[in-house]
Amino acid sequence: MSGANDGRTLKFHILKYDPQQGGDKPRMVTYEVKEAPGMTIFIALNEIRETQDRALQFDFVCRAGICGSCGMVINGKPDLACRTLTAKFKKPEITLLPLPAFDLIGDLSVNTGSYTRAMSERVRTWIHDEEGKQVDLNELEERMDPDLADEIYELDRCIECGCCISACATKRMRDGFLGAMGFMKVARFAVDSRDKRSDSDWYEVIGNDDGVFGCMSLMGCEDNCPKDLPHQTKIAYLRRKMVGAAR
Amino acid sequence: MKDLVESVRSPVPAWLDVTQSVTGLVLAVFMWIHLFLVSSILLGKDAMYYVTGFFELRFLTDWQHGYPVLVSIIAIGVFAIFILHAGIALRKFPVSWRQHRIIRDQMRTMKHSDTNLWYYQAITGFVMFFLGSVHIYVMASHPDKIGPYASSDRFVSEHFWPLYLVLLVAVELHATIGMYRLAVKWITFGGKDPRRTRKRLKVLKNALTVFFLTVGAATFVTYMKIGLEHRDQAGERYSPATRHSSVQSQQVGDE
Repeated sequence: MSGANDGRTLKFHILKYDPQQGGDKPRMVTYEVKEAPGMTIFIALNEIRETQDRALQFDFVCRAGICGSCGMVINGKPDLACRTLTAKFKKPEITLLPLPAFDLIGDLSVNTGSYTRAMSERVRTWIHDEEGKQVDLNELEERMDPDLADEIYELDRCIECGCCISACATKRMRDGFLGAMGFMKVARFAVDSRDKRSDSDWYEVIGNDDGVFGCMSLMGCEDNCPKDLPHQTKIAYLRRKMVGAAR
Repeated sequence: MKDLVESVRSPVPAWLDVTQSVTGLVLAVFMWIHLFLVSSILLGKDAMYYVTGFFELRFLTDWQHGYPVLVSIIAIGVFAIFILHAGIALRKFPVSWRQHRIIRDQMRTMKHSDTNLWYYQAITGFVMFFLGSVHIYVMASHPDKIGPYASSDRFVSEHFWPLYLVLLVAVELHATIGMYRLAVKWITFGGKDPRRTRKRLKVLKNALTVFFLTVGAATFVTYMKIGLEHRDQAGERYSPATRHSSVQSQQVGDE
């Protein structure tokens, strides 16, 4: 990724707006940054904050695509700032916007937590096992088939960054819609042999127009998931499963 | 209160989703077959005449017209499915200004092709509410007026061509996008790379759109041409026998 693009001057057009400050209006501010080899959007943002705008707000924690904090709209595509190389863009102009569909904290920082919390409570993202309540802690846990463990792990890779939610026009138009992150959680717990919830139980959660039948298959989730989760496959699977459970 | 809480769970959303998909599938397949049938005019007036005759069961009768009532029955059946599909699909339309603004904003910033396709589907669907209804009603009420001259006269002398032109584009876009979305909605793409499967499916969808639009456009032009040539005798029905005799007499005259 180095070579031809080294030493470009990048122009970052960034949305600046602080809703906490009365009277502040959203505006685009342009910053110039000298491109370095291997530079990510995250590195460039830090440089801007250190040298040009101490007040610039954006989130990050891990810098390695694991925490899901630095999701933002980069040249029209929701993605993680820490995993997006500036060299990816042929034109040295990069527009950064906060993820839509979430409450804006300020500039590029959004509150994905309020959605994630509500979604977790709605889907009840923990193992449900009525019989297991009398579990004998001295007994060995039941073994799990490695293929099943892999399948659960594959869906557990969701880092809750919110890119799928922002990329979903359905979710944006209809606030009550569960969204792809929720479907990934349902798929994850539905496949887990330790979770005893039946298809009928799941129908209570997603068997309606705010659930899987509200999904219009626009596939913004699938096409913008930084972790390449199998959204299409799992949503189609859930849709068929829920049709079978409808009665 | 208990009843209210329990009544929240309903199988209706599931049935609505399935019905929307099944009626869409039936209509898309019907429209593709329909296009192949009307495009028989590309093979000549006789070909279209015989295709029409086949659907009127003309081969069972001695008189020229067969049973056009069959066309009415098919049209009414299609109309029923069409209305059902439209009614259910309405649930998904961006119905408020707020929703419309959001989808337009999403299209402008994200430039995500499947999202854009959905919007085109909503627009073409809306167009078909009106234009499709006019066409189906005319077919149901005048089932005998289908034929190489009768149909062409409808294009030109009865001024249906603008309606058919818009309808052709709307139907072909809506049907192929809809079929693609049906696959994405219900089929769990397996294999090592489900994303690639979807990409290939989209290429197929685009190829089908181009194919059906091309066949449709050629058919449209052919009916227009016949309609223009036949403008002075509008209302006269085509019959293969008269054509042969007129060709023969013309040849005799040439000699």
